[in-house]
Amino acid sequence: MSASEIGSMVVMQGFAGLSLFTVLLLMALGLAIIFGQMGVINMAHGEFMAIGAYVIYFASQLTQNYAPSLTGIYFIPAVAAAFVIAAAAGYAVEVLLVRRLYNRPLDTLLATWGLSLALQQVFRSLFGAKEVSAVLPEWMLGSVQPMQGIDIPRNGIFVMVLTVLVSGGVYYILYRSRWGIRIRATMQNRTMSGAVGINTDRVDRFSFSLGCGIAGVAGAAFTTIGSTGPTSGSLYIVDTFLVVVFGGAASLLGTIASAFSIAQAQSLLEFFLTSAMAKVLTLMTIIVILMLRPQGLFVTRVRA
Amino acid sequence: MEFLAKLRKSDLLGVAVLALVILVLFPSCFNIFRLNLIGKYLTYAFVAVSLVLLWGYGGVLSMGQGVFFGLGGYCMAMFLKLEASDPVSTAIQSTPGIPDFMDWNQLTKLPFFWLPFKSFPLTVIAILLVPTLFAWVISAAMFKRRVGGVYFAIITQAIALILSVLIVGQQGLTGGINGMTDLKTLLGWDIRTDSAKLTLYFVNAGLLLGVVLLARWVLKTKFGMLLLALRDKEDRVRFSGYDVANFKILVFCLSAMICAIGGAMFTLQVGFMSPSFVGIVPSIEMVVFTAVGGRMSVVGAVYGALIVNFGKTFFSEQYPELWQFMMGATFIGVVLLFPTGLAGMYQSRAKDLLKLLKRDKTKALVATPLPRETPSQVGLTPVEEGKHG
Repeated sequence: MSASEIGSMVVMQGFAGLSLFTVLLLMALGLAIIFGQMGVINMAHGEFMAIGAYVIYFASQLTQNYAPSLTGIYFIPAVAAAFVIAAAAGYAVEVLLVRRLYNRPLDTLLATWGLSLALQQVFRSLFGAKEVSAVLPEWMLGSVQPMQGIDIPRNGIFVMVLTVLVSGGVYYILYRSRWGIRIRATMQNRTMSGAVGINTDRVDRFSFSLGCGIAGVAGAAFTTIGSTGPTSGSLYIVDTFLVVVFGGAASLLGTIASAFSIAQAQSLLEFFLTSAMAKVLTLMTIIVILMLRPQGLFVTRVRA
Repeated sequence: MEFLAKLRKSDLLGVAVLALVILVLFPSCFNIFRLNLIGKYLTYAFVAVSLVLLWGYGGVLSMGQGVFFGLGGYCMAMFLKLEASDPVSTAIQSTPGIPDFMDWNQLTKLPFFWLPFKSFPLTVIAILLVPTLFAWVISAAMFKRRVGGVYFAIITQAIALILSVLIVGQQGLTGGINGMTDLKTLLGWDIRTDSAKLTLYFVNAGLLLGVVLLARWVLKTKFGMLLLALRDKEDRVRFSGYDVANFKILVFCLSAMICAIGGAMFTLQVGFMSPSFVGIVPSIEMVVFTAVGGRMSVVGAVYGALIVNFGKTFFSEQYPELWQFMMGATFIGVVLLFPTGLAGMYQSRAKDLLKLLKRDKTKALVATPLPRETPSQVGLTPVEEGKHG
């Protein structure tokens, strides 16, 4: 193998890592908001991702059957629909379930796990146990070749752009908007925020549905690189938790950095080892690091 | 006798009823096939009991108890597998005398960590010590740094994932996704016959009752009191001069050992061990048993394991597509509406009933209330104490 071949191999493996990075990051952003703000572990987060993925699939089926001429553009509104529907589902879950368990974080974890089981069964009944995939528009297929020997798939580029947009949006909402001020205030000191007139219940509902909506977008991104099954969401949930914990909860930069390092480590290791061993090695490294440094990579320095 | 003196009469009554049910009622009602199935459920009950100590009283939720159940089970399976792979019965392999899956994966020598499992005493020691030591490493690293609560739950879950992926990935060393199958004899005694299954059922039931009594005794000692105290007000216990971490480590190790016994008995009764009992889903299912049975009641947890598994078998035979939905709904319902589970419901009802009959006995049956967790207690922010003060 010549040096240039190794070089292009590294670039392509790195790009494969970027695809994993985008899915992990989109999942983790939502989870980090929910976890950081409310201390709630949402075990059903993967299922909200699956909701987003199924919305895309459903939209693609609709377009194929009723308006094939729209195949080129249906994807963009479908992503928006994925966000809205997942966020609405999140809102309902917050009101019906999570809100009743705020002072019992461990119980929330168990109840949302029950929810994830039930939702998986709902998906199976509605869409079947088999994995489905959406029909992608023409412009998302194929790859670009910036250099000899390097192929970069277009769907990967699309997902990357989507991720940048969503991360930017989250940054804007958290750090540049009124809602963000309320969210960050509640995160830092719930009691005081209530005392100065912030409706913390409303903030909770808002962040929970925002987090779930982002998971829906993650699902939309997921459909462009893989097929969706009832248990697709649960495959990523543990990795996503580790991304959040490793990054340091409630730190946007930390979440991005940890999603990036975990995804890249895993995909580069996959080049040398089997994918199972790559995963084992990556997760084990994270756990060892977390044992040495439980607060994660980045910490928002707040006197608690 | 001090052991028994610590247990109140009402405690012993509950255990006696349980003993009657699993030692007399089940064997007389069911054929050996069903009884073997119940024996399997009862091995899960070990885990459920361990979670009462750890989660109900200690306030530490582990979502990776399958790891210890699996380690215990695998230790036993390795011994049985070596016994089943003697050179005579594996003569057709290219390397006789090693387990079949190793031969399929071109191994020619027994890996070093398999060697102790040639001896039965060493195997028993391994079943008890390997999971316990592993639990000690995990818990010492976490609790000494005051990491707990939700963090701990996530880490234990990740460990369950790692171990199951590792077992599946290392097919030559562990048997991979199929696990260890074709286990035949234990020290020459064929474990596949009906009479052996019956004997194993009673051995398992006896061990379980022993563990139940042990758990109740532990909870009645000063250690048990401290567990409750640190679950409800960890800081106050710490300020009273106790090293909180050591108590949590101890209860985690104890629970790991209990799970391991269950796992070893599982292997003996079911005749195989596979990674599907190690990963995340089985680990959380085991928490469901405890939640349904009652996280504050040792005996309740055993019934929880039995009831959920009866339900699982019934529904997956009759309405396979409904089972998962039912399981999820039950879990949500129990957590939301009956956090103390069946045992809690029974105790509050029994209390009312007894109040009518006799006034002085009511005190013994008061259910221990559930903790009111506050975010700071459950370790959401492991850094808040110290470091950035």
